[in-house]
Amino acid sequence: MSVNVQYFARYRETLGLDGEQVEGNFPNIDALRLHLLAREGVWEVLGEQSLMCARNQELCQLDEPLQAGDEVAFFPTVTGG
Amino acid sequence: MAIRVQEAAFDPGAEVNALHAANVGVGAVVSFVGYVRDFNEGREVSGMFLEHYPGMTEKALGKITAEAQQRWPLLKLEVLHRVGSLEPGEPIVFVGVASAHRQAAFEACDFVMDYLKTRAPFWKKENTSAGPKWVEGRESDHAAAGRWTKP
Repeated sequence: MSVNVQYFARYRETLGLDGEQVEGNFPNIDALRLHLLAREGVWEVLGEQSLMCARNQELCQLDEPLQAGDEVAFFPTVTGG
Repeated sequence: MAIRVQEAAFDPGAEVNALHAANVGVGAVVSFVGYVRDFNEGREVSGMFLEHYPGMTEKALGKITAEAQQRWPLLKLEVLHRVGSLEPGEPIVFVGVASAHRQAAFEACDFVMDYLKTRAPFWKKENTSAGPKWVEGRESDHAAAGRWTKP
């Protein structure tokens, strides 16, 4: 399966990447996150406790199931307002 | 119910007036305006950049305003949030609520701000005297948002 992954704010800057297509077998968002974490180096930022995520532009938890073609986003705690 | 995400500056006074214009059933308007400060965490701030997640931002704000409408009898609700570059003293966010009586307006305005701060995908990056710095989320904001989920 292929998913469209987006990174925002400090994560986008740390990774030097705003988004990518990722191929693999990911039953849920956490499986995808662990796959990315295994790249090591700057990718360790995805191991932060305060990480937030969204699936198809809706906030969700890491155990949210994934389907091919989903848009997944990882970002630090939001700070608007 | 209106949601606007824009780079352009806005006039909070005009927004407040528009909330009761042409509706004499409105007995109460409550509004919140958030501004860029010139200091934060002991550092001078000369400006900031507001990043957001286009698409999700509008959806998240739509969900928050829909929930506010379900919980309180509101006549009008407006959320306006700026993105891009801002200078100290400029308004960042406006939440305005109109209802027949004040209690609903006060509570809904408070609720929308608490949820916006913890669920809408905006991120502030400040230009400080020590260089650019991403603002970190605050635990107190999450505690404030948690008040609305208690029975």
